[in-house]
Amino acid sequence: MSDAVEVKTLIIDGEEVSALRGQTILEVARENDINIPTLCHLEGLSDVGACRLCLVEIKGSNKLLPACVATVFEGMEVSTNTERLQKHRRMILEMLFAERNHICSVCVSNGHCELQALGQEQGLTHIRLPYRNPELNVDASHERFTVDHNRCVLCTRCVRACAEIEGAHVWDVMGRGINSIVITDLNDEWGSSTCTRCGKCVQVCPTGALFDKSKIGSDHPKYPDFLPYLNLMREAQ
Amino acid sequence: MTIEELEQIAESVRLENAKFDYEVNVCMDLACASQGADKLREALVQAAAASGKSILVRKTGCMGPCSAGPLVKVDEDDTLYSHVKAENAEAIVSSLGGTPVPELQCELNEHFDKQVRVVLENAGHIDPEKIDDYISRDGYKALMIALIEMTPNGVIHRITESGLRGRGGGGYPTGLKWSTVAKAGGDLKYVVCNGDEGDPGAFMDRSVMEGDPHRVIEGMAIAAYAVGASKGFIYVRAEYPVAVARLTTALREARRRGLLGNNIGGTTFNFDVEIRLGAGAFVCGEETALIASIEGRRGTPKPRPPYPAVSGLWGKPTLINNVETYANIAPIVRNGGKWFADMGSERSKGTKVFALTGKIANTGLVEVPMGIKLREIIEVIGGGVPDGHTFKAVQTGGPSGGCIPADMLDIGVSYDALLKVGSIMGSGGMIVMDDTSCMVNVAKFFIEFCMTESCGKCIPCRAGTAQMHSLLTRICEGVGTMDDLELLEDLCSTVKEASLCGLGQTAPNPVLSTLKYFREEYMEHIQHKRCPAGVCKIEAPAEVLA
Repeated sequence: MSDAVEVKTLIIDGEEVSALRGQTILEVARENDINIPTLCHLEGLSDVGACRLCLVEIKGSNKLLPACVATVFEGMEVSTNTERLQKHRRMILEMLFAERNHICSVCVSNGHCELQALGQEQGLTHIRLPYRNPELNVDASHERFTVDHNRCVLCTRCVRACAEIEGAHVWDVMGRGINSIVITDLNDEWGSSTCTRCGKCVQVCPTGALFDKSKIGSDHPKYPDFLPYLNLMREAQ
Repeated sequence: MTIEELEQIAESVRLENAKFDYEVNVCMDLACASQGADKLREALVQAAAASGKSILVRKTGCMGPCSAGPLVKVDEDDTLYSHVKAENAEAIVSSLGGTPVPELQCELNEHFDKQVRVVLENAGHIDPEKIDDYISRDGYKALMIALIEMTPNGVIHRITESGLRGRGGGGYPTGLKWSTVAKAGGDLKYVVCNGDEGDPGAFMDRSVMEGDPHRVIEGMAIAAYAVGASKGFIYVRAEYPVAVARLTTALREARRRGLLGNNIGGTTFNFDVEIRLGAGAFVCGEETALIASIEGRRGTPKPRPPYPAVSGLWGKPTLINNVETYANIAPIVRNGGKWFADMGSERSKGTKVFALTGKIANTGLVEVPMGIKLREIIEVIGGGVPDGHTFKAVQTGGPSGGCIPADMLDIGVSYDALLKVGSIMGSGGMIVMDDTSCMVNVAKFFIEFCMTESCGKCIPCRAGTAQMHSLLTRICEGVGTMDDLELLEDLCSTVKEASLCGLGQTAPNPVLSTLKYFREEYMEHIQHKRCPAGVCKIEAPAEVLA
């Protein structure tokens, strides 16, 4: 019977839902139109549980679990939007806004930005934390794309898209802690790196950190939805 | 290799040693070596040759009270000499067989009387580079007993019975961890020793690896037999070159003696160990980051579950224990679980090694039974705070721990009691602070450590510790406000609850515990622009600002 499909039932925010064994809380919640905020998660990429926005409470445990990687179990009771979680989510977003130089009015992603949207969704009205205002570089050496580290939130979606989907592994993370930064190859200029110019990283970037040079102003929506389709087609082959 | 062969080796070592009339052990651990133990040993060898007596001069690992170094122990009657210089060599040699040299004798009887040595039982008695020395003190006997007389389940049962809990800091029951790995499926499993000791002020694991490396290897081999693994890794930080060298020598000697490799003890059990060096990242002491580092990837932690016991190194079931945990295994297997469980407190069994540092008379390594009062460790074993200063706080558990104030010194040292007062057992660093320490500055120091050691993967730890550091800096500079304090407390809560791994989850502990017990110092900085201990440089005097 080990190959048989195992169905679990659980409760998310008071609603009874069903799930397959091995499904994550996030998958089940989204299937049932229950919103859990995410930033580093993207359908089609592996999950790293790094942004901590999708933390949820499980009844009987004091520990908060990231919904993107925590799998369901029978009888689980999940709360996705308690006061405690909201407080942490707002604080995490505040940390992100204060960490680098996020100035929406001059950003190509203004109006299409996931960080901006999360701030609005979580009711963030002002930042209490002191802005760190770091001096960071903009690398425009690539003929088609630009990376502006001032707007990077280190979600590592570009790193994963490049390694897992494109198979090039041009992007990676350098440095430690607050000094971490995404790099191409071994910290070479993007333009002279081994980049395949596929542009997937730009499409999956949630903010205006990676953008297409041909776009002007804030006219730069991104289309990260191709990943699940691409994965599905590859699996079919 | 069989038990009989081990006993033959032990016997031959005893015969060899019996050729000498006297044994003089010189501590060659870093602290003593830096105070001239090398020259002292040479002088002792020369003096021994000149005296005509037959004397064995042996270099050993750490004997304990580093502040009294260089240390020399005469094995005949266990006379311990402290602060020995090369000039004293002749006096010591000529005293052998007569009365000990009075002015050099170590007066730390109380210091030693309160201690119980399990992990450090060989410290100061064996040459860490000689496997035969270790064998002569019952070394590898436990491995042979396990392999020949016990089933893997029997070994796990004995460890469970002992009540041993992980000595790396978390205090997870070792027997439970072993049985989880043993039950995990698959032919290929790994055993890993975490020797990435990185807490400021902690050096227990270094001393064990340098002073008694075979004890760690034996513990790992027994663990591998119990859980069904055939391959082990010791992850040591590269900042411990002596430990790496000693372990390398120890592994080579163990292989040559047939105690590692194929068909150990004539059984079907195969096991070998490789050393992996850490590249200077504190976070690699976290087990999932350590695994990533051994695999050759960037040392960043992963969310658990899955735990390494199910999916660890290269996705295989992996047992990860700390150096000190493995060092406890051989004596437990030899003497039985009950023997170990008879020591310590109700839920924390056995002994624990602590590294006493800071403002305390006897700095160095101590091993005490669990449940001993903090006051006894600090005032009796540690000799109290020197130079007429008064005790203020003791910081346990390194950057993940908290500061415990003077009126709480009567708690017994155990995992649960320390957690209750807002600190942790941690790996065993104990930093004593007196009235010259500013607690706000101490909190800032530890947050700065966590900030620079954060891997940067999750946001709360990466950005949160940096924000906490800048707020604490403001308070220390006398420009902090009450709003800053409130924000600091909010940050502590999010960093503690939302961070991915133990580094972030425990990073606020030093701030939280100092806020709890020394809040008035924060208030002095904020409201009166004054540092009570006089550590923080606040430029404008209180009157001008008021």
